[in-house]
This record gives sequence, structure tokens and C-alpha cells, in this order.
Amino acid sequence: MADLRANTGGIRSPNPFWLASAPPTNSGDQIKRAFDAGWGGAVWKTLGSPIQNVSSRFGALNFRGTRAVGFNNIELITDRPLEVNFREIVDVKKHYPDNAVIVSLMVETEEEWRDIIKRSIDAGADGLELNFGCPHGMCERGMGSAVGQEPKINERITSWAVGYSTVPVLVKLTPNVSDILPHGRAAQRGGAHGVSLINTIKSIIGVDIDRFVLEPRVAGLSTNGGYCGAAVKPIALHMVAQLARDHEFQLPISGIGGISNWRDAVEFLLLGSSSVQVCTEVMLRGYRVVEDMIEGLNTYMDEKGIANLDGLVGKAIPSYSEWGNLDLNYDTVAKINPSSCIGCQLCMVACMDGAHQCIHPNPDGTRVPFVDESECVGCNLCQIVCPVPGCITLEEVKDRLPPASWNDHVEHGAALREKKGVH
Amino acid sequence: MPDSSPSLPPDRSETVFEDFKPAYDEKQALVEANRCLYCFDAPCQTACPTHIDIAGFIRKIATGNTRGSAKTILDSNILGMSCARVCPVEVLCVGECVHNHQDVPPIAIGKLQRYATDKALEEGWQFFEAGAPTGKRVALIGGGPASLAAAHQLRRYGHGVTIFEARERLGGLNTNGVAPYKLRADDALAEVDYVLAIGGIEVQTGVAVGGPGGSSFADLERDYDAIFLGIGLGADSVMKVPGADLAGIHGAVAFIEAFKTGTVDLEGVTHAAVIGGGNTAVDCVRELLGLGVPCVQMVYRGDEAGMSGYEHEWDEAKIEGAQAVWRAMPLAFEGAGRVAGVRCAALDDQKKPTGREFTVPAALVLLAIGQSKLGALVAGLPGIALNNGRIVVDEGGATGRSRYYAGGDCANGGKEVVNAVAEGKAAANTIHHHLTNGRE
Ligand SMILES: Cc1cc2nc3c(=O)[nH]c(=O)nc-3n(C[C@H](O)[C@H](O)[C@H](O)COP(=O)(O)OP(=O)(O)OC[C@H]3O[C@@H](n4cnc5c(N)ncnc54)[C@H](O)[C@@H]3O)c2cc1C
Ligand SMILES: Cc1cc2nc3c(=O)[nH]c(=O)nc-3n(C[C@H](O)[C@H](O)[C@H](O)COP(=O)(O)O)c2cc1C
Ligand code: SF4
Repeated sequence: MADLRANTGGIRSPNPFWLASAPPTNSGDQIKRAFDAGWGGAVWKTLGSPIQNVSSRFGALNFRGTRAVGFNNIELITDRPLEVNFREIVDVKKHYPDNAVIVSLMVETEEEWRDIIKRSIDAGADGLELNFGCPHGMCERGMGSAVGQEPKINERITSWAVGYSTVPVLVKLTPNVSDILPHGRAAQRGGAHGVSLINTIKSIIGVDIDRFVLEPRVAGLSTNGGYCGAAVKPIALHMVAQLARDHEFQLPISGIGGISNWRDAVEFLLLGSSSVQVCTEVMLRGYRVVEDMIEGLNTYMDEKGIANLDGLVGKAIPSYSEWGNLDLNYDTVAKINPSSCIGCQLCMVACMDGAHQCIHPNPDGTRVPFVDESECVGCNLCQIVCPVPGCITLEEVKDRLPPASWNDHVEHGAALREKKGVH
Repeated sequence: MPDSSPSLPPDRSETVFEDFKPAYDEKQALVEANRCLYCFDAPCQTACPTHIDIAGFIRKIATGNTRGSAKTILDSNILGMSCARVCPVEVLCVGECVHNHQDVPPIAIGKLQRYATDKALEEGWQFFEAGAPTGKRVALIGGGPASLAAAHQLRRYGHGVTIFEARERLGGLNTNGVAPYKLRADDALAEVDYVLAIGGIEVQTGVAVGGPGGSSFADLERDYDAIFLGIGLGADSVMKVPGADLAGIHGAVAFIEAFKTGTVDLEGVTHAAVIGGGNTAVDCVRELLGLGVPCVQMVYRGDEAGMSGYEHEWDEAKIEGAQAVWRAMPLAFEGAGRVAGVRCAALDDQKKPTGREFTVPAALVLLAIGQSKLGALVAGLPGIALNNGRIVVDEGGATGRSRYYAGGDCANGGKEVVNAVAEGKAAANTIHHHLTNGRE
């Protein structure tokens, strides 16, 4: 059994799985059930001056029969009275002293920040998360992503919060920026103990093509919302890794965005997150998904012989380089295993129309396609479309030129191999 | 819409049967459609005699374009609705689905095809218009799947067509022969009406061409530019053994026609025997069980491995309670006035009598040992060649006699509905080519 205990910026939890600040963390009763199910921590639904929400609020992106591969929402921060929330925080902490309760906050003035931070800590918060990320509604009022998009404002509010807080402070970053680095560094300058990212991405989830209205529809109008769920994971991974490999940025990271299972969580850990937060998958499937997350992570670490999370966090970061350093002489070609091929020929049409025209009908008349290795550029498309796991592999070509990157080539004229697939 | 037939009696015996492959509702169709891999040059399409773009129509179901899906199907096969229900998909399209090679259940192509085509019929979606009139006229003899497919295709080209059908109703064996748990007569006739809705298909029912009161081939040659023979197969074969004229002994196809289009009385029949081992025999066994006969035995010369009925159908029959007497040859029908049993000789592996005899009890016997071939009808016409009673045609459906074409069971010796459709359509294309002197 691996040791799954997590620590992000001084916020400790029995495992790295936290609920992100969102509907699953709306109330004390919910969070208690979540802790019973196994969640290590929970970031309370953002507190601030209570607002009024719209109906409806959510939309989803369905793809080839799979529902909600992407998700979006136009809801705001908590719509429950602050006193009720604080009373429930007290109660949760009383019953679950070992689980992390992080309180997410979003207010405007320094006085409001001071006041709400004090009340949170009095209620028993183990940490605070500053919501500088909400990309709809709240930003129109100068909060949320309106803060997260301005490094100077981010730094100023962070320093207020850190100044008033006696518990660790995480800054939750918005992905609605062209480069995440200035924003992570601003939080660091403001004194934050860590960052969490990503919040949701500005989006229009779809259009009702019968009514000519965006979704989700509120009477005859709608607005842009925040995108999340499985589909956003690649964007989140990139932003997390950007910060994790930055030499100036030194803070711990709580990774968020599209985490649906333990594998996704492992990827975030490998790219430098010391805890992970989940919202959409729980909204779609319930708290119970954490059981497999814990078990899957545990088994994975045991199989890899990794004793604790420190052995995992950031382990893939050294592989994240610049394009100019990639070995241009490295060469792979696709191989189709004839005994597992089912003859769908999806690889053939994909290569013909979408890649380099090097997969052809087999001259022997069978439906197992034939790869012209002299033209195959090893792009991977065939393997991606193949429905049979392991049927197409990309194998390294032996006897090639010594490794040479573009930078090597430009800087000292390193020899590059002849191009393939440029017929 | 033209009326294809006198109406069917509502109390037909066939109405006790329910669909053995129930229709999909929308959610089921979406789940199944999304499992389709959308193969390139898909093997299911090659396996379909009418070469429907199966991957294409399934993708359209998945995107909610059911209308386009139905059009894709019907463009290749205007009888796509009945084919979806009656095709032995296990040995056609579904049998070739690539999922079979990875031990994943193959896509239920027939049920998806039914989903789209049922909707087209329900909604009355019409996709095809008659072509501009060419002034040419084609006579189609027989009103079964082969002629219907040919007629529709010829109308798309703008040729005038007349269907001559000996029976009261169109549809051929779709109406009168296929098992009601696949397709009931009323659904077959609804499809006939759908086909006729292209307009301009003249129909003459109730008179056999070449028979008493019917047109002669000389008449047709005079009045039409081309003649298509889609006459199917003839009467059930009989057994010339003692007792063959006892009451209660029927040809299988004639009996099926009787309960599909009317009623049959099986009161008091506790034991029935079906002679034969082909698909008609298997159908009859399941039909008699469904009609309430408690004990139905198939009497076949060979063994289970040697029967020509499809394995998947026989497996179903066994689940429904079918029994079989293997390696048995009927010697005589026993009974006084009405049949009471089938006297049989036991056969060995070589199908030679072993000397042992026994009686299979049966108050009803159906003979499913084949149907006669109808080639004799045209045997006298110079140029038309017959092979074992089948009308010999080339790939495009042309006979050896100019202006004469044929397709379906009368030419292929008895296959499936989908083959009849494919051959009827191919013949129509050939006819069109000839009528336009090869200009199109
Ligand atoms: C019992 C049974 C069950 C079957 N089940 C299936 C099944 O489940 N699935 C499947 O795909 N196939 C099945 N088949 C086969 C299928 O029905 C035939 O292959 C198909 O109907 C052939 O079509 P056709 O147009 O060639 O002939 P038919 O459907 O036989 O139509 C021929 C028509 O020509 C008419 N006719 C004949 N002579 C003349 C004349 N001289 N003048 C005018 N009209 C004439 C006949 O009355 C008939 O209506 C079954 C066949 C039988 C017998
Ligand atoms: C309905 C909904 C409401 C949300 N509300 C908040 C919120 O109040 N505060 C906050 O910081 N993030 C909020 N988020 C963002 C999530 O906490 C999380 O950052 C984002 O959904 C990405 O994670 P996921 O892909 O696991 O859902 C909300 C997300 C959703 C779907
Ligand atoms: S017509 Fe029959 S064989 Fe062809 S695709 Fe449809 S169900 Fe399959």
C-alpha cells in the first residue's frame, strides 16, 4: 500500500483527491457524504456576497453517442447565506478533522476580504482558495477572471489575503489568458502558498438549432459560460506543466480540469500537481467515483514501486522540452499486426485522406492493409483511429543517423535524415 | 396512393405472431449506431446483394439524420423495409461485420435499417420521382420483390411499366410466404403501396400471363418494348407415396399463404409433421408451434449437420420447442380419410434404408420439399434457355431472347428477397440501357 497522503502548500489531506469548488461542495451535508465516500479534501463552493442564479445553468458537449465529454455552466458563486455556510463548515470540521476543508472566496474590497477570511478561519478552514477564475457573470462585476487576468490586481489581492490569513492560501488561476506564467508568478509575488488551476474556460457550449438561441437557454437569451469536463484536460495539463517547469515559479500546484479517473490524476501528478481537484466527473457520476481513483492510484504506485506522492509529483516534467530540441533523426513506422487486425480499414482511409497516403489495400487480397514503410512518417494517425488496442504499433527504425535536433542543425550543421512522405 | 390489393381480412391467423426481432426505439438505435466503426470499403456493404452503403446510413442515424439514412437505404434497395426484417443478416451483412473478428457482437444492421425505413414508411417520406416520360413501355410479369424493384427503377428512368400479377395481391412471397414473425402480410402490402407511390406503375392483378384469360406473350411483345419475368417459383412439390391424398396433407408454401392471408383451423391438431430440412421446413415448424400445435416434428432424410435450413433459425426453432426426426424417409401417409401418421424408413449415414420402419404421429403434414420451377411458361419462346427449370440470364438479367429479361427466384432457382431486389434492379438497368440504345 502506497502512502497517498498529500500536502499542497501546507494543506494536508489523507489522499490527493479533492473536490473542486462547485455544486458538489455546495453544502455541509454533501461534503460529509463526499468524505464518507473517500474524498481527501473539498474546496467549499465559493463564498462571497450571495447572488441569484439563472435557470437553466448547464450545457454539455456530446460526441458520437457519449454524453457530456465537455460541460459548461453559467452559474455564479454560492447562493446560500454566508452564516449557513460557516455554520456548516464548523460542523464538517468537527466531524472530519483529518480531511482538508478549503474555503473558496471571492469578494471585492479589502475590507470584505479581511472580514470573510476571518470568518472562514474562525469556522475551521484548513486553507483558503482565492477564486480569480470564474469567467462569466462575476467578471462582469470586476471579480473572478477579471482579477485573474491582471497580474497586478492578482498580486495585490493575494497579498491582502495572505496578510489576513493564518492558514495557507491558494490562488485559483483562470485559463482565459494567453500565457499562464505571468499569472502564476504574480500569485507567488503576492505571497500565496500555492496555486490551483484551471478554472473553467470561456465557452459557448452549443446552439439550439431549432430556436436559434445559445445553450444553456435562459428564456430567450444566454451567455458565454465556463467549459470543463474531460475535454479540457489537455489544456489544463499544459498550463500545469508550464508552471511546474518554470524556474522562477516555485509554488505547489493543485491540478484541476477534466480529471475523470485515477489515470487522469496520475498525469496531473506527473506534471507537477501535488493534489488534484475534480468537479464535472462528480457532477456526472457522483462521489462514489473516488473509490476507484484511490484504488487505481494505489495499485499503480505499488506496481511502479513508488512509495509516496513525492516519488510521483513532477516526474514527467523533464520530458517537457522545446520543439527545437526534438531529435529529427528519430524515425518510427507503423506496423499492423495481421492476427489482431479486424479489417475495418479505418487506418487506410485516415492515412489516405488525412496523412501521407502510405497505407494501401493489401496486394494479397486480404483486408489487412499494407503499410508502405518507405513513405510512412510515423505520424500515429493510423494507431489513433484503429479500434483494436495494440493492433497498430509504431516501431523505431534501426540504423539511422545520429540524433540531431533542429537546434543542433542550425547551430552546428548536424546532418538530418532524408524526408519521408513528401511525394 | 394506388391500391395494390383487395384488403386483407383482419382476423388472419398470422396476427398471433409478434416480431422475433423487435423494433428499436430511438435511444436503442442511437446506442447501436454509435457502435458502428464506419469501416472504409465496408465488408457488410460488399456482402449485401444490393450493396447498400451501410456504414453511411448508420452514421446518419447516429447524427439524427434519419431521413437521409432512409434515403441512402432506399436508393440502393427500394424494398429496404422488408429486407431489414426478412434478410438472413447472419449470413449476409451482419455475418461480415468486422466486430465478429474481435469477438464483439456485430452491429445489428437489420434492426437499424428497419429503424430508418419504418420511419420513412410511417412518415410517407418519398425520395424518388419518376423520370421524364420516354414513351417506352415495359411489362413485368409477377408482382413479387423482383418485379417491384425493377418497376420502381424503370419509373425513375421515365419508362412506362405494367405489372401483371396472377394473384389478387402484389408482393409475391413477401405477402404470401415469409414467416409472419419477420414480416406480416399487411406490412408487406404497405411497402408495396410505398413502392407504387412513385406513380405511373400500372397494375393488373388476378390474371396469369400465358394462362386462361390472361395476356399471351405475343400480346405483350406487341404492346411492350421489353418484358421482365419475375414469376418466382411454382407450386409445392408433392410426394408420390401411398396416402398422399388424405385430408390434412398440404404443400408448405400453400399452407403458409393460407394462414398469412386468411385463417387456418388447427382445432384438435396435437401432432404435426413437416417433411424437409430446408428454410421453408424450419419456418413451418416455428409457425405451427406459434399457431398452437403442441408437438411439431421435422422429418428429414439427413442429420442436423446436413440440413440446408440456416443454423441460426433452427437454433431458434429448438428454443421454441421444435423436435426433429433425423434420417427418416416417408414411405406412406397413414390414416382413415384424414392423415394420422407418417410411416417412415430409417436411413443410415449414406441415406440408405436400414430396414427399420416407424410411424411419426401427425394429424397435419406439411410438405416442404421444394417448389416447382416455372420456366416451362416461357420454354416455348425461341432463344430462352432453361437450366433445370430456371430461366438462364446473363449478369445484367438478359435472357437469350431479345427484349426478354428475368430475375429473382425464377432465374436464381430460389434465393432471398434481397437477391430478387438486386436482380430486378440490375435487369431494369439493362433494360434502360437497351431501350436508350446504350446512350445511357
Ligand atoms: C416459405 C418461404 C419463406 C421465405 N422466407 C424468406 C426470408 O425469411 N427471407 C428472405 O429473404 N427470403 C425468404 N424467402 C425467399 C423469398 O421469398 C424469395 O426469394 C423472393 O420472394 C423472390 O422474389 P420473386 O419476385 O422472384 O418471386 P415471388 O416473391 O415468388 O413473386 C413472384 C410472383 O409472380 C406471380 N406469378 C407467377 N407466375 C405468374 C404468371 N404467369 N403471371 C402473373 N404472375 C405470376 C406469383 O403469383 C408471385 O406473386 C422465403 C421463401 C419461402 C417460400
Ligand atoms: C457548475 C459549476 C460551478 C462551478 N462553480 C465554481 C465556483 O463557484 N468556484 C470555483 O472556483 N470554481 C467553480 N467551478 C469550476 C470548477 O471548480 C473546476 O475548476 C472546473 O470545473 C474544472 O474542473 P473539472 O473539469 O473537473 O470540472 C464550477 C464548475 C462548474 C461545472
Ligand atoms: S438489405 Fe439485407 S443484407 Fe442488405 S444491408 Fe439490409 S439487411 Fe443487410
